[in-house]
Amino acid sequence: MKSLPIVDHPTKARPFVADTERFHWHDQALWFVRSKRDKQAGSVPEWEHLRSLASQIKTETIANLGDYLVEFERNATALGATVHWAADAAEHNEIVLKILRDHETLRIVKSKSMLTEECGLNHFLEDNGIEVVDTDLGERIVQLRKETPSHIVLPAIHIRKEEVGDTFHEHLGTDEGASDPQYLTEAARQHLRDKFLAGEVGITGVNFAIAETGGLVVCTNEGNADLGVSLPRVHIACMGIEKLVPRFQDLSVFIRLLARSATGQPITTYTSHFHGPRDPNSELHIVLVDNGRSRLRNSNEFREALHCIRCGACMNTCPVYRRSGGHSYSATVPGPIGSVLSPTRDSSRYKSLPYACSLCGSCSDVCPVKIPLHHQLLAWRKELVGENLLPYSKRISMKAASILFRSPRLFSMAGWMGRKSLKILPHWATHNRLNTWTIARELPEPPRESFRHWYAENRKR
Amino acid sequence: MSVALFIPCYLDQFYPDVAIATLELLERLGVDVVYPDGQTCCGQPMANTGCTADCAPVARRFVELFSPYDSIVCPSGSCTAMVRHHYDEYFADDDPKFNHVKSRTFELCEFLHDELQIKELDVQFPHKVSIHQSCHGLRELRLGSCSENMTVREDKVRNVLNLVHGIQWCSPTRTDECCGFGGTFAVNEADVSAAMGRDRVADHVASGSSVLASADMSCLMHLQGIIRRESAPIEVMHVAQILAGRNPKHVGNA
Repeated sequence: MKSLPIVDHPTKARPFVADTERFHWHDQALWFVRSKRDKQAGSVPEWEHLRSLASQIKTETIANLGDYLVEFERNATALGATVHWAADAAEHNEIVLKILRDHETLRIVKSKSMLTEECGLNHFLEDNGIEVVDTDLGERIVQLRKETPSHIVLPAIHIRKEEVGDTFHEHLGTDEGASDPQYLTEAARQHLRDKFLAGEVGITGVNFAIAETGGLVVCTNEGNADLGVSLPRVHIACMGIEKLVPRFQDLSVFIRLLARSATGQPITTYTSHFHGPRDPNSELHIVLVDNGRSRLRNSNEFREALHCIRCGACMNTCPVYRRSGGHSYSATVPGPIGSVLSPTRDSSRYKSLPYACSLCGSCSDVCPVKIPLHHQLLAWRKELVGENLLPYSKRISMKAASILFRSPRLFSMAGWMGRKSLKILPHWATHNRLNTWTIARELPEPPRESFRHWYAENRKR
Repeated sequence: MSVALFIPCYLDQFYPDVAIATLELLERLGVDVVYPDGQTCCGQPMANTGCTADCAPVARRFVELFSPYDSIVCPSGSCTAMVRHHYDEYFADDDPKFNHVKSRTFELCEFLHDELQIKELDVQFPHKVSIHQSCHGLRELRLGSCSENMTVREDKVRNVLNLVHGIQWCSPTRTDECCGFGGTFAVNEADVSAAMGRDRVADHVASGSSVLASADMSCLMHLQGIIRRESAPIEVMHVAQILAGRNPKHVGNA
């Protein structure tokens, strides 16, 4: 595989944040979702207890993942499902293609799945002559625009309704200039209805799979997963191996946390349970995908990232994500959790992401399964320095700072020189493009003396 | 009780009045406070960049210097959090000097609230004030409740400021959004950082406040830089300055 270009988050973020109107609108849209989430979380008295419980269940599941996966396979098979194992994205895609070929399928309907996004399934199938229709409205919009989702729960959150109007005018023949959400949604509904009727195989993601029963749960707000697998005879469910919960009763913890954290709803509109194929003429294929998850499981530092239930709350709360947009991360999963996960796949390519964070810690506090996200991002920075991936200019400036801070005399002298030069140099000499700080900010007005100097003069004992 | 004042590097060099205000306040409250000679920095810039090897000697120097004192007080949530929560990797678990420094380093408001338990202050500040909660004070030191957590905590910064007479409180709509400073983040991600800062200032200005107060001068340094560039009608003050009885510079605004 050819190596992909290095992601430089500050550069990728610049056009988004430079468009003041767009980023403010994006920021406010996501803040609205977070505020809804706050109200919902606040309405559950045992919210913090649920978070702890969820975290404990996940810790236990990941610790015994092998056993639970075998248990799941056994029970799912007993229900009549066919379980497939894929070590990586390529294997996953081949498995799906083979099932489609076996059924001579040329058209599939697909509900939202970040896993298939991670595996690049759409492109792979299209290259193999199969028509793929994303049935989640937001996903359909980005698919028609030949873009990728910018958010894992709200894939088209970066696009305004006027832009959706233009896209639908071009692809679905809606009126030019139409931007009324109800009109556009109705057009999408009609368009997707035809696609649902023509679909021969339905592909869904999986929100939770239950080891104890062999069943799986898919949560959507549009009912598109149900519709997508109700008409065709074949349902392919693609899941990362970390989606497992041990017992049926564990769902009660996660279902309560998921929708509240994701969109601020008490529950998703459709929480669909699939226990085996729906009738003797139907097939249910479950593809279990590793794709780097076992490696993550072996990491003491980042294992907890496997707790993630993909609610997107960390993105909605992240002040950097809200202002830089999901595409600035150049990854399937953006935002804080994405900045933890992406470098586990390719630390060199994604080395700027752990630094795309002000370490405010809001993501860790909002996370329904208590992943210490901002501490993991900090841990990543150490890792990157250890791998010699920090640019030389930054390495050297930290070395210099270390020497400075080890010597009070040197430190005082440097401070004196800094204050003096700020005082005597003209404004243009200290405030220019070379000094990143001063592009948007004034430097502090230098005081006459340092505190240590003042103390020596005024509090001599 | 001997109390050592820990004055973060940038405060020492660029905001000495915050340090003087802290010292005067503690002296007025009868605390036996000294400023240990030879202190520089807690090492946070290096640690937050991931350069732990460069941070280690600075951290060890810090502990050596401050371990002789009963308590260490610092007018910065961020630097206090560094010592309390991010020093562990540089010391052995059972290092007595480190464990002493770790458990006895306090942020100023926390020290006034929990250790001294002050109940009154003879200070007037008849101005419109809004608080900028620093992220590290809030989510590392838990100086107050943060909006994501459903845990109720006492707001120590506000409780202490409430002892000052005459403050008229104004509240930004986003009570605890990050200001966008984040240490080297402000330089690494200059565009996003500046956008965050401008939004923060605008929220405080819209609240009707004329004094933006915080217990973390680093957030204020960044916000002040934006306020001065944009000529925004608000000024920043460290909580220590208000508690020590300083007046805002532009009284006309109040």
